Amino acid sequence: MVETFACSFTATELEARSGISAVVDQLRGLGMPQARVDEVQIVLAEAVNNVVEHAYAGHAPGDVNIHCNLAADHLTIYVRDAGVPLPDHQLPSGTPQDLSGPIDTLPEGGFGWLLIRELTSDIQYERSEGHNNLQLSFEIQVTQK
Amino acid sequence: MTLTSTDIEGAQIVTVNAERIDAAMAIQFKDDMRAQTEDGPSRVILDLSQVKFIDSSGLGAIVAAMKQLGSGRQLDLAGLTPVVDKVFRLTRMDTVFKLYATLDDATSVAPAQT
Repeated sequence: MVETFACSFTATELEARSGISAVVDQLRGLGMPQARVDEVQIVLAEAVNNVVEHAYAGHAPGDVNIHCNLAADHLTIYVRDAGVPLPDHQLPSGTPQDLSGPIDTLPEGGFGWLLIRELTSDIQYERSEGHNNLQLSFEIQVTQK
Repeated sequence: MTLTSTDIEGAQIVTVNAERIDAAMAIQFKDDMRAQTEDGPSRVILDLSQVKFIDSSGLGAIVAAMKQLGSGRQLDLAGLTPVVDKVFRLTRMDTVFKLYATLDDATSVAPAQT
């Protein structure tokens, strides 16, 4: 049994916040364990923030389309936008940053892809027909009662 | 204003009165922190117990808030809920900040010598 749902919103910070919350509420309502819901929310927030801040940067914000397929042991989330492609049409590496320097030199950003990579089981990116298609996969531990 | 502040035992406690420090909140948080901590005790404890969600923009804003304090002052974090704790550990920011499970834990220890 696979549950499928979708939502769309304009790529602004406030619309993103309510869109992310709507997806998270659906997943919780479908019985996903809270700790997993938390992790999905972190990943989804980073993915959507990237669209808001980078894909539509300097343009009128376009749409973000989110599509979720939830199976018993697996969740796949598709995030689609019509903004500019990722640099070199490639997923960023998400390398951990150097935090060893003085406080003045600590990074204030660049953590998004690290979080996405650490909390997903697989990510895929495809640029086609003027759209970015990001596929985020999660394993879900099913606890038998 | 998303923040309220009190002084306890030589430290300034800044409480975040918001459920999310996300991209939509990050700039306001950073500005409010600057206003709250312009002067005051050398130790600032940020009470995050009401914050249920943080993203990397919010994390960056907390790092910026620490930088704004300048040298000789420190920012400690208290009352981390599960998501906030997870984001700090996954990004290794738990090696930069002192994290306390509760505000009581944070106020019951002396500030680190610098």
